[in-house]
Amino acid sequence: MKETTDANEAALLQDARKRLETFAKERGNLIPILQMVQEKLAYLPSPALAMVAEYLGMTASDVYGVATFYNQFRFQPPGRNPIKVCLGTACYVKGGDIILENFERKLKIREGDTTPDREFSVERVACVGCCALAPVAVAGETLHGHMQPSKVEGLVLRIRMETQKKEKEADEKSNSD
Amino acid sequence: MKKATPINKDIPEQAYDRIYKQAMQRQEAFLSVPGPRIHIGTATCGIAAGALETRSAFEEALAQRNIDAQIHTVGCFGHCYAEPVVIIDHPDSGFPPIFYPEVTSAKAKMLTTLFLQEGDPRFEHILGATVANEMIPSIMDFARFNQEKRVVMEKCGQIDPENIDEYIASDGYSALAKSLQRDSVEIIDLVKKSGLRGRGGAGFPTGLKWEFTQNEQDNETIVVCNADEGDPGAYMDRTILESNPHQILEGMVICGYATGARRGIIYVRAEYPLAVKLVTHAVEQARAYSILGQSVLNTDFAFDIEIFQGSGAFVCGEETALIRSMEGHRGAPRYRPPYPAQKGLHNLPTVINNVKTFACIAPIVNKGAQWFRTIGTKQSPGTAIFSVVGSVVHAGLVEIPMGVTLRTLIFDICGGIPDNKQFKAVQIGGPSGGCLPAEFLDTPIDFDSLTEAGAMMGSGGMVVMDEDSCMVDVARFFLDFTQKESCGKCTFCRIGTHQLLNILARLTRGEGREGDIDLLDDFSVDIKNGSLCGLGKTAPNPVLTSLRYFKDEYIAHINEKCCPGMACRTLTAFYIELDQCARGCDLCEACCPVEAVFTTSNRKKGIDQALCVKCGECQVACPPDYDAVRKVSPAALVPVIEHTG
Repeated sequence: MKETTDANEAALLQDARKRLETFAKERGNLIPILQMVQEKLAYLPSPALAMVAEYLGMTASDVYGVATFYNQFRFQPPGRNPIKVCLGTACYVKGGDIILENFERKLKIREGDTTPDREFSVERVACVGCCALAPVAVAGETLHGHMQPSKVEGLVLRIRMETQKKEKEADEKSNSD
Repeated sequence: MKKATPINKDIPEQAYDRIYKQAMQRQEAFLSVPGPRIHIGTATCGIAAGALETRSAFEEALAQRNIDAQIHTVGCFGHCYAEPVVIIDHPDSGFPPIFYPEVTSAKAKMLTTLFLQEGDPRFEHILGATVANEMIPSIMDFARFNQEKRVVMEKCGQIDPENIDEYIASDGYSALAKSLQRDSVEIIDLVKKSGLRGRGGAGFPTGLKWEFTQNEQDNETIVVCNADEGDPGAYMDRTILESNPHQILEGMVICGYATGARRGIIYVRAEYPLAVKLVTHAVEQARAYSILGQSVLNTDFAFDIEIFQGSGAFVCGEETALIRSMEGHRGAPRYRPPYPAQKGLHNLPTVINNVKTFACIAPIVNKGAQWFRTIGTKQSPGTAIFSVVGSVVHAGLVEIPMGVTLRTLIFDICGGIPDNKQFKAVQIGGPSGGCLPAEFLDTPIDFDSLTEAGAMMGSGGMVVMDEDSCMVDVARFFLDFTQKESCGKCTFCRIGTHQLLNILARLTRGEGREGDIDLLDDFSVDIKNGSLCGLGKTAPNPVLTSLRYFKDEYIAHINEKCCPGMACRTLTAFYIELDQCARGCDLCEACCPVEAVFTTSNRKKGIDQALCVKCGECQVACPPDYDAVRKVSPAALVPVIEHTG
């Protein structure tokens, strides 16, 4: 399993390398380039940073320094089901931190981490802009408003079941083919 | 002084006339199609509340019942409490256009059958009609609508942000055509006379800023629109970009013409994917209509706009940090002067204005400086936009004339505090602002009055807090944010905010010490004095204002280990009143996420304090008839209930 992900990643990195050529070799393009690479790979592994540094003629530490400054860039692969808990002011006042804590407890990871099976990742985000629904959590693309600590377990369970169902269907399909 | 070359007046006017007529034709073609029209608000907030599901539900139901109706996606109305918002214009039914709040997919299907097919508008689901009539009360009868004054957000929620024709048909880009017939100095004069102040928070006069760049001879100017909205509780810039991007483009082109720029950049947060998409689309459309490009409206004035996606750093809202980040560096601010208007991006003179500032330009050009001055106060003309959230009934975006009091805004326009709770404080201006108590409710909202009270206009985030909020914890929340977002350049900001946060965190854990209050005060003043940019200079504001107005809460945290708002979790505890828990139901036990609730021998419940995470679920779950779950602070007040059996 791990080998296939690595091979997959290497291919994506190759892709990103090709896309690099469309950018002029100017420092001003550093952030747009990092955004492009992250869009391809979902995160910035160190080979990617080294590649960007080489292309722009910068040191890897310089690139790393810029990348870590901004919240957008991540250095760990996200889970297949990324969970974002809003901790904007309105959500915080309505108990968003308790929701975050519940996710951390249920998934046994800390905020910013990914579960070992890469199924889930949990992060805190600043205001997703639907303060009237506070507290809010975003699972994948779906937004869940008026969250409650007791809803967390159900949500995680539901996502797990849906994934299993999809896997099963995919299995059956490949078997019948 | 740089002056644009005189332009033959007829050229921009003719060019504009052509696109205007074209837009009007398309608009009329759209309006002449018979049958109902369904307007759905699909900006981020609407989508979050389920507007896309609502739209597909309408589409499905219309197809099923063979009804010919047009679905028109618009931007955001600003009424977040009512999302997803749908306006149904069904002329054949005899009713005026009707505003429906909270239209879920089930409601969409129901309305399709009952209203569109059978002509019954279902009065119980209506908020109001959008125009005055004799059958249904108009939305304009409500304070949430009629006390607003929309200048920037006038067209938000009315037009489709993806369709430039709709903007042009509502007089969009006519201000640009007018501006191109004038001298650039005249335009700067007009902006100066209007008294427009930068809407990014600090309130610097916009006309002056533009004039500075004009004085920079020879060098080409760059126009930057700052859409790096970083406050965790404000989202109006995003909403405007998503609902009416062309008004911002128009302001930028006019600014470019006035300051002699050829290049404009919109710095928008990458975390706003929909805004990025819609603005990019708007720029492409504007190019296709020759509003951007080598010859703007057929004149020899060239101007183009590119999009730069900001990567999410609060400090990049500061203009010099924003420039650094566009140059590919860490976003650390630098000392001013030289101001960006003299030496900005790549050392070229750069005008940086906020989204709302640019959005004000076209109305000012169209209606004149005098008109703008009639709105708002003498020192702060125009309107202010707030995202009012927290414990308030009608949360959302509100655009009001400057000078309206906080009381009017919170209680009249936004409906006050829900659940019969008491107003405690209002936090204005996000991490840079402050908390104001009830005594300040009659403060008029303008740049200077708010600063005087210790808060600031800032980003326009406004969080209303009721009696259940803890001021110490709110201060800690904001410090946690600024501490993480400090770029680290100035020692006082880098280490000072960290120390402030440590002290506040200690207080909320009940580990406060004597002398902490003085220490907080000292540090705050030092950070203000020792920091270069706005982030550091304003970071202690949440602490300073809460210390000034809610000192008793700090004292309670330190001396009594008590949190008066019962929000600090270490200082509070839940227990179950045995006299009232007598029915043997299992609701509290079932909902507890950590299995801290146990059953005692007589089938009553108890809470294991060692396990309890104080989420409050059991209190919500306990049926109101029993109402047996109690919350106390300090935590030591909790009675001991033994596990028996």
